[in-house]
Order: sequence, then C-alpha cells, then structure tokens
Amino acid sequence: MRNAFIDELVNQASVNDRVALIVGDLGYSVVEPFAERFPEQFINAGVAEQNMMGLAAGMASEGYHVFVYSIANFPTFRCAEQIRNDVDYHCLPVTVVSVGGGLAYGSLGYSHHAVQDFGLMRLMPNMLIAAPGDPMETRACMRYLMANPQPSYLRLGKAGEPCFHSAVPTIEPGKWLQVKAGACNKTLLTTGAPLALANQWIEKSEQYRDYALHTLPLWGMATKEIQAAKIKNWSEVTTVEDHLKDAGFGSWMLEAVMDTPELLTRIKIKALSPKVCGMVGRQEVLNELGGLTAV
Amino acid sequence: MTEEFAKKIRSLSLQMVTRAKASHIGSALSITDILAVLYAKVLRVDPTQPDMPSRDRFILSKGHACVAVYAALAERDFFPALELETYGQDHSNLMNHISHKVPGVEFSTGALGHGLPFGVGKALVAKKIQADWRVFVLLSDGEMDEGSNWEALMFAAHHNLDNLVTIIDYNKLQSLTTIQKTLGLEPLADKLRAFGWSVKEVDGHNHDQLNQSLSSVPWELGKPSLLIAHTVKGKGISFMENKVEWHYRSPNAEQLAQALAELEASNA
Repeated sequence: MRNAFIDELVNQASVNDRVALIVGDLGYSVVEPFAERFPEQFINAGVAEQNMMGLAAGMASEGYHVFVYSIANFPTFRCAEQIRNDVDYHCLPVTVVSVGGGLAYGSLGYSHHAVQDFGLMRLMPNMLIAAPGDPMETRACMRYLMANPQPSYLRLGKAGEPCFHSAVPTIEPGKWLQVKAGACNKTLLTTGAPLALANQWIEKSEQYRDYALHTLPLWGMATKEIQAAKIKNWSEVTTVEDHLKDAGFGSWMLEAVMDTPELLTRIKIKALSPKVCGMVGRQEVLNELGGLTAV
Repeated sequence: MTEEFAKKIRSLSLQMVTRAKASHIGSALSITDILAVLYAKVLRVDPTQPDMPSRDRFILSKGHACVAVYAALAERDFFPALELETYGQDHSNLMNHISHKVPGVEFSTGALGHGLPFGVGKALVAKKIQADWRVFVLLSDGEMDEGSNWEALMFAAHHNLDNLVTIIDYNKLQSLTTIQKTLGLEPLADKLRAFGWSVKEVDGHNHDQLNQSLSSVPWELGKPSLLIAHTVKGKGISFMENKVEWHYRSPNAEQLAQALAELEASNA
C-alpha cells in the first residue's frame, strides 16, 4: 500500500508542482522516489509533529496540497489540535497519511498501535477518511484526493497487501465497492487493510461462506446520511475493521442508521476488543486476540 | 500619526469588550501600539483587496487579544466600523478569539502555539515561489510555554526564512501570575539567538522604535527576525496596567467612562 501511495504521489507531483510531501523524520525506503525527484516539494520536518502539521496547514493556505506522512499515531494524536483547528476548521487541503494502521506494527507496542485513529478523525466535520483495502484502492483514494483536495486522512497498512481489484476502481465518498457477490442477502463491509482478513473468512469459514464482500474506502461525517439506504438492501451487514469498536467504523455505521431503528439490528460489528491494548505480537496474532476472527 | 491610530484602537477595543462583557482587554491594550505601527506603516495590505496575492500576511497567534486587530482593520476600512458593535454577539463573525471569517484576518487562533507554525508554512511557500511578501506573527509571552513554538523556531531558522518576522508581546504577565513565577523565559533573547534567529528588543509602546525595527526586516539575510517588544499589560489605562485581573474582567460603564477619559486626556 505504501508503495502504491508513493507511486501515485510521484505521478501527481510530476504534473503539479503544488503537491508537497512532509514527513516527520520517517519513511525510510518509502519516500525516496519522491524526495529524490522533487526535492523542492519534499520536507523533512524533523521529530516535531505539532509544527509539522501547523506548517502543512500554512502551506495549504497558500495553494499547496500537502501530504503529511508519518507512522501510526504520530501524525494524528500527537498533533490532534493542529488537525482540528488549523486543517479541518480552515478546511485546508492537507492529507494526513498514517502508515501502519491498526496493529501493523504489532511488536512495537502500544505507542505504535493505531487502533483509535478513526475515532479521532471522524470527529472532524470536514475530514474525509480514506482507508483503502488493497494497493488498487490506495491508488483510487489518491486519485480521488488529488482531484478533490480537502482535509483528509489516508490510513494505510504497511506493505505486501494482496490486490483484490484487477484495476484501479472508481470510488466516491460514502459509496460501497463490491469486491465479491454472495449467495445470500448478507455482506461483510470492510474499511482499510482488513479486507484480506474478511476475504479469508468468506473463503475458509462456515459462517461467512455465502456472504458478499464490500469495502467502503472513503467515509466520514459528511457521508453518514446515505448509509441507511444501503443498509436497507441487506438483511445483515457485518462491518470489519482493525480499530477498537469504540468510536470506530462500525460505530459510525450504527450512528448513521440510528434514526431508522429497524436497521440497527441488521448491523453486526467485527472490531478490536480493548483487551488487545498493551499486548504485543505479530499483526495476525493480535488481530485474533482482539477478536477479529470468523467465529 | 500612528499614536492617534493607537488611541482609536484602544478606545474601540474598550467599547467592544464592555458592550460584549468580554475578557482580555489587558492583552489587547498590550499589543495596540505594535498593531498601530504594523497596520499604518509596515504591512503591505490593501483594504479593497484583503486577499491580494502580494499582501503581507499578519497572524495574531494570541487570538484572545482580537479586539485590537478588529479595531485596526475597521479603522483601515477592511470592513465598516459599525460591525464592531456585533463583536461577541450571537451569529457575529467577530467572535471573541480572532476569526478568519473577518476580512483581513488570515487565520483563526484561540489555542496558543498555533500561529507560528502556520506562519512558517506560509513563509516557506513564499520562498519556494520566490514571492516577496512577508509573514508577521504576533505571539504572547505566556504562549512561549508551548513546545510547538520552539519546534517552529527551530524549523524557521534551519530553512533560513528571513521573510518571517515574529513579535513577542513581552508584558511579563500570563494568565494567573507573572511569567517569572510561572515558567521563566529569561534569558529570552539569548535563547532565541541560540535558536538561530536575528533578535532585537524594543519598547513595545514606542512607535519610533517599533517602526524602525519592523520597517527594516530582515535584519540579517538568511535569518528570521524576532522582535521582543517589552510591553505593559493594560497599557494606557491606569487602573488596568500590570494587573492580571484585566486578563479576565470586563469594564463596567463607570470604568469604561474613566478609561475613555484617560485616553482623551493622554497626549498619545
């Protein structure tokens, strides 16, 4: 995913000199293709995330589309007020990019576990969350964001995620993307990297064998209203995310249909239990411990 | 006469906070002379084109002192002075911390430590596009407690942003008590020089000193400029000067009348 991200960014920068990449002294072996080709559009802000996000907002206010890249919680929680006040309130085209969403950095410990970031970002009224499920969706998110610069949060996995789309799909905020048709009127709905996990459940478990598979790569406060009409088409929608259930994607979906009570019971949530907080281990081990299993 | 301009800003600020029963008049009076010199002599701005691309950018990081900026902008005809009467009222754009919805205001602040990093971003762009407009950021002294400012100071010097001017309103009082009793800043000028800035100190109420310094930036090519303006919180109104309580209190009708009478009687 991160390679697809930097590849798309390089493509865009080659035709737009008002695209900038700011990193918080991170991105070794990822950002070099951009930094070497566009040194005037690349800034290493150092280990100083508050200034990094504030200066990104300042640059964006002067016509730049700024991508701010770091890992896990560093470009989000560490500079949350700068995102809230400077970027989101002023509605500036800054894309916060976090690599290692969920428990991708599982062995690095709680500081590096991004399992509350959706909760933070979906509190921002103007923020569009972009959580691609595979490298193709990553490219689709980047193309959408470049064509529609706005306050945005791009949550990436790490590297090596399998592709589920044969080509770059066309995506829109709030619109579900079908990955697989099912044999019943039920679907899994993922956002972000757990797409691969959800696909495994359909392929290997009894419980989800007949389910369809959808992703929702672009969502946020502004796209809640159109969700009820989508839920109505299904007898069950199980959301899947590598984020705590509290304030996560599934909770967002519940809020989206709360004015239509009969839809509430159609939504099931597969999300991480807080018991995973503080545990360390490989991503797949922690996801399982956190409850991201087919049963 | 920038002194007359400052007197007008003080008068309008006092009337605004009294009408709105708002706080922070001491902070506004502290920066009034700085603003008068900036808006009358230094900033290249055009009230008929608030968003003119070649304008200098001014950012008030201590957003709670906004009445003085609103008053200066209204006096410079960025918007009708009558709008000042809506300050702090329901649905007004003139909210009690500075708002970018007001013509001539670049950036909303209110939480401290945001203005300088934002200004750094603007100054960096000006360098990249080889524009000759400057960025002026006005900070409070208490605000220097914020780590984000020190991050930005380091970044600006590292990137040789000599188109960036920072002014610290050094009135030696912060929210609860003195700077000295809270988190001492001294030796402030030495610290800032050590961070790579070109530093000057002036009497923040002396218009000649302010004008001379602010009209001659950058003081050193390749270095951002930092003006430590020694000021008095509540400056110009005897019973407000150097009193922490005027960070919070709003004048009553009698106090307003006394303050306006003092202003009228003053030479400045």
